[in-house]
Amino acid sequence: MPAEPLLVVDNIGFAIRGNPILQDVSLRVTGGEIVALIGPNGAGKSTLVRIVLGLLRPDRGRIWLKPGLRVGYTPQRLAMDDTLPLTVRRFITLGTPAPRDRVRAALAEVGAAQVLDSPVQAISGGELQRVLLARALLREPDLLVLDEPIQGVDLNGQYELYDLIGGLRRRRGCGILMVSHELHLVMAATDHVICLNRHVCCSGHPDHVTRDPAYLSLFGLDGARSLAIYHHHHNHHHDLHGTVVVEETDAHG
Amino acid sequence: MDDFLLRALLGGLGVALAAGPLGAFIVWRRMAYFGDTLAHSGLLGVMLGTVLGVNPGLGVIATCLAVALALVLLQRQRWLATDTLLGILAHTTLSLGLVVLALLETVRVDLVGYLFGDILAISTTDLYWIWGGAGLALGVLVWLWRPLLAATVHEELAQVEGVAVFPVRLAFMLLIAIVIAVAMKVVGILLITSLLIIPAAAARRFARSPEGMAILASLLGCAAVGLGLWASLRWDTPAGPSVVVAATSLFALGSAIPAHARR
Repeated sequence: MPAEPLLVVDNIGFAIRGNPILQDVSLRVTGGEIVALIGPNGAGKSTLVRIVLGLLRPDRGRIWLKPGLRVGYTPQRLAMDDTLPLTVRRFITLGTPAPRDRVRAALAEVGAAQVLDSPVQAISGGELQRVLLARALLREPDLLVLDEPIQGVDLNGQYELYDLIGGLRRRRGCGILMVSHELHLVMAATDHVICLNRHVCCSGHPDHVTRDPAYLSLFGLDGARSLAIYHHHHNHHHDLHGTVVVEETDAHG
Repeated sequence: MDDFLLRALLGGLGVALAAGPLGAFIVWRRMAYFGDTLAHSGLLGVMLGTVLGVNPGLGVIATCLAVALALVLLQRQRWLATDTLLGILAHTTLSLGLVVLALLETVRVDLVGYLFGDILAISTTDLYWIWGGAGLALGVLVWLWRPLLAATVHEELAQVEGVAVFPVRLAFMLLIAIVIAVAMKVVGILLITSLLIIPAAAARRFARSPEGMAILASLLGCAAVGLGLWASLRWDTPAGPSVVVAATSLFALGSAIPAHARR
């Protein structure tokens, strides 16, 4: 892709008390591109997102953001206390002060205009994800960072949300970095997939990644079956702790 | 009305006004036990202030901040859960305060007054401190309102959106310390948390916005001070605890009102 990147992550490493969480991870996101970060629990996806957002500092490597880049972020969860009386409109304007019309327009863009005056605690999981997106969109972001944007959403809602995210990219031309568990939808909706398990196991176009042995060994055939089944040489596998174990020799290729 | 009663009422109202909004944040942030821990360290603060020859209020604020900082450092270690750490800090600081008090043979201190408040003994000087501290706390809280509310809703989201989360959190702890310092005279260190939390909890059912809940908490706190003082005179009960019982009565009364205000 010829476009200049919005975000470049260059060989970063991160450890907690000597325990490596991320090793030599690199990625880039350009304008108008959807990059998906997939991987099992404990793979370091959220850690990587927090490093990209500047919430954590990597031990090694570099993060480069395009100067003046505006980032919109939707967190994975919202653990707001029930005692806080907050409407969706107030919640959204906590990020960016905006008149009611603009808030309504942002909500309409994500298909959630009906919850404008509802208490945040009273809306569904799918509505909450849309509200989080609306809050991010009010910032007119160049880059959207979405941490598990379909968490707590039923299957139909998941398809709708991916459609919505694809539409946002087309309309606004922003780059999108998205974390997800849900493989099928990710594969259908993204340009570039990064399969993470503390290091980048494999990456590339979804078609390429789903045929990669590292992907197959990480998610197993169940996860990969409906997409592609392709056998070739594994250069490593993961033990129970997710540590990479390099195969000794190619006795059978 | 007698002078001492008027001073008691004014002192109580000053504390209640500041405690309402701050207590709302403590409830929203689920920091009730944190507030309680800081309050427990208040006695140690008074003793240190006395030993060093500075104002006891300043000793309380400094000690509260030191305890808050110690908690942040201990949390980083992740040896123990936060509630365990709070329990250790609360009771260690309270015990240290009592031990230091025993060692200071020359100093005579009204221990029960510090533990449960001595609102009827509020002097004019105390009033200046109370209203000065409460006014300062309220002013800073209004100034910090938006970033603090954003960080309360989601700390990392707020940080990504440009809120300086750490300084805001420190400032919030400073406000709690100030309110504890000025509320000690009114309800005592063992009951301060109740004045922060009960009015805010009582206000929740009737509030539609964060600001509404904060203001209502202030008003309910003021009502509790008035009611508690009146009951204390009427039945000759201890004033500080009577204020707390009055606050809880208001809370119970509010809970009993049919809830058509919800949603």
